[in-house]
Formats: sequence, structure tokens, C-alpha cells
Amino acid sequence: MRCSESVGCPWSDVACCYWIYCSGGLELLCDSVKMHNVNVDLENGLEQLTMKDLLAWARTNLIKERPEMFMKGDTVRPGVLVLVNDCDWELSGQLDTTLQEKDVVVFISTLHGG
Amino acid sequence: MEEGNKIPKSASSRLCCRCNERKPALKRPKTLEQICRKCFYEVFEEEIHQVIVGNQLFKAGERVAIGASGGKDSTVLAYVMSELNRRHNYGLDLFLLSVDEGITGYRDDSLETVKRNEVQYGLPLKIVSYKELYGWTMDEIVKVIGLKNNCTFCGVFRRQALDRGAAYLKVDKLVTGHNADDIAETVLLNILRGDVARLSRCTSITTGEDGPIPRCKPFKYTYEKEIVMYAYFKKLDYFSTECIYSPNAYRGFAREFIKDLERIRPRAIVDIIKSGENFRISTSTKMPEQGTCERCGYISSQKWCKACVLLEGLNRGLPKLGIGRSRGLENGNGNRKDMEQNGDVRSIESKQCGSLDF
Repeated sequence: MRCSESVGCPWSDVACCYWIYCSGGLELLCDSVKMHNVNVDLENGLEQLTMKDLLAWARTNLIKERPEMFMKGDTVRPGVLVLVNDCDWELSGQLDTTLQEKDVVVFISTLHGG
Repeated sequence: MEEGNKIPKSASSRLCCRCNERKPALKRPKTLEQICRKCFYEVFEEEIHQVIVGNQLFKAGERVAIGASGGKDSTVLAYVMSELNRRHNYGLDLFLLSVDEGITGYRDDSLETVKRNEVQYGLPLKIVSYKELYGWTMDEIVKVIGLKNNCTFCGVFRRQALDRGAAYLKVDKLVTGHNADDIAETVLLNILRGDVARLSRCTSITTGEDGPIPRCKPFKYTYEKEIVMYAYFKKLDYFSTECIYSPNAYRGFAREFIKDLERIRPRAIVDIIKSGENFRISTSTKMPEQGTCERCGYISSQKWCKACVLLEGLNRGLPKLGIGRSRGLENGNGNRKDMEQNGDVRSIESKQCGSLDF
């Protein structure tokens, strides 16, 4: 599993690749990189990736420091907004949202001064 | 909206509850409605317009300064204010007012954002700095006082700095981007600290009408989540990093709690504000009387305003001056270290009125 800063997708012929965009200060937890192109392997028996799986994956592979600023338990820390393909994940079932290849997931932290 | 047994991957089976035409883009925490982008812009802007008009925040021809830090709230505020001013003909002269506390790696970056906002929104910008006004930057202050109580200094100084900047611009009012989450946090904070005086004032949409410059908060009922979503969808340019000194702030506890509450029941935020508005303070509670500071003439309930007390402490190498509550006087013991140092201190640090005594 690798994160890449390049805009082009190196795995265009591979399923299960996603874009993750971190902003609102979250990018500081990922070496200050905002855009990530990621490839996540599905576990055995699973047909599709859910946000729950992606979050668990992100906590291990994307977040380099202070994971408590990003996640609390199984889900994101309160105050972090999640958009899947520019739609609020509250509309698609939050953690149960299923992802398709090339989906774009955006994490925006609101926990800073205004 | 009820969920079926099979939850569709996209929300394509449901449409925006307002226009019934487009796919919803977000779920509003205030109303739990599922709404598309275009309708969201409309309700967001319209609700703020109603708050402005319903509370009679402005009069035509007024000069208004927008407290701009380059962060999400103030950027969206500047954008929405100029848009509504144009659309509804408020007739206001708008300005951007920014405070430079002198925090390296935080404020210098966010000021760049405000300078861009000046160009993007066409609003003249004035920057006031702590260094100019007080002779101290926050970085210098923190070196002297350590990492506790920084926000006390910064908050007190900023308040005055905004008033000074507003006076320079000759504006009639100041608007700030305090949102619903901020105000709910403040209500909780004041309860936790037993600060009855502040509790009675903190939910007012306009404050300081009897002071130098009245200030108001058009975002009083606007959720932070909606402000961020608005900025994201509209691609507004804002700076987003936590102040490097803030992790030690007490407000952080209130914020954590409010965020957890919002997750369970989003309406809790406006409900807390409503409760805060409904507090009535018993007439037998002693409240601070308003006067003016003997040293600088600024509004104050004590002999010296808080900023002068804090500055005096800094300049004399007594960083604890003005911090914390004066317990000695309450018990009548009077054995406080400060008093031994200088007899004058006792008159400056009189008991804080309107605080709960346990």
C-alpha cells in the first residue's frame, strides 16, 4: 500500500483505488500532503470496501502522527467532516457507506480557529 | 429520513427535500434536512439575512468592520456580508480588520490569507498589531509567562486591539465570525467557571452598545459544520491551523463536549444557546459596575482595565498579575503574596463581582 502525491492515478487498471483529500489542518498529520492516491486491499470475503474499513486503513497507513486528532474509536473524531464524492457521508450511512473505485473521500477538520 | 433495509450507495433514491429536483449534498445539522448544494447556499444566506434584519443589526450608511483572521468563519463572514450587502442593499461600507498578535508560524500565515481576501472581495484592510499597541508580541509574552493562561492575555489584548482598529477606521460597528458552536461553548464555559456576569451577556447578539464600538455576531445561529461546508463547496480561500498555544486552553474541554453532543443530537447547540438566552440573574447577585480605566480610559468594571493590569504585570516582571481569582480577600485573611510586594496591587486587584462563591 502506498500513498502518492502525483495527480495521475498509477493504478488505473486496478480496482479498489481511491483518492483521499485531507484538509482543515488534517494534512499536517499526513506529512502535510493533502491529496493521496491510495490502493486498499479488500479482506477475504468482502465484496466492497466500506468507510469503516477505509478509516481503519487510513489510521494505520495514512496518518503519521497524533491519530487521536483524526479518529475516536471506530469513527472520525467529532468535528471532522467526511465527504464521499462531494456528498456528506451522513446521507450515505456514515461508516456503512460503501465505496467504489476511483471514489474521492474528503476529510475536513473544523477544529481550528475561525 | 427513514432508511430502508438496503441502503443505496449513493443518495440517488432521495432528492433534496427543498427543491425535489437535485441530489442532496449534505444533511443540515440544524434541521436534519437533506439538501442539495444550490438550496443549501440559498437557505444559508437567507437565514443569515433574516438574523441581520430580524435583530436590526445594521442601519443604512453605517461603516462596518469585519474582524478577519483569515480563518474559516471570518472568510465566510466577509464573503456573505459583501454578498448580502449587495443583494439586499444594506447600504453598508465594509472593511476588513485584522489583528496581528505576533505568533510566528500561525498568524503570519493567516494574515497572508486576509490580504488575499482583501483583493478577492474588494474590501479595504487594516491590520493592528500587539507590538504597536502594547509593545509585546504573543511569542514574547509566552516566553515570560509560560504555556498557561496565554489565552487570557491574548483574548484581553485582542478585544482592545479590535476596538482601537475600529476607532482608527472610524467605523460604527464591528462584526465577528463567532458561530453557534462558539457561543454554546462560551455558555458552558461560563457555567463551569461560575461567571454569572459573563453568562448574562454572552448570548447577546450585539454587545458593547454602551462602550466604544458595538459588536455583533451575525453567525450566532449558524453551525460551524455549515460554515465549513459552505466554504468548501464555494471554494473559499481560508487558513486552517490551530493556534500553537491553544492546546492548553480551557475552552478545549467545552469544545470537545459540544462536539460529542452534536454527534448525538445536533439541535443541542441551538438549544444551549436558547437556554443561555433564557437565564435570568437574581437581582440580589452583585454585578460589576461599569466605569472607565484610570490608566487608559477604556471601559472597565475595575479601577484598571484588564489589559492595563496584564501589561503592568508583564512590564514589571510579575506575570501572574491579573491572573486567577483573588481568594485572600474573600476569607478576610489578606495574606496574599502580591500584597507584600507592592501596596498598590491590592487596589488594582479587587474582588471580581458577580462570581459564584462556593
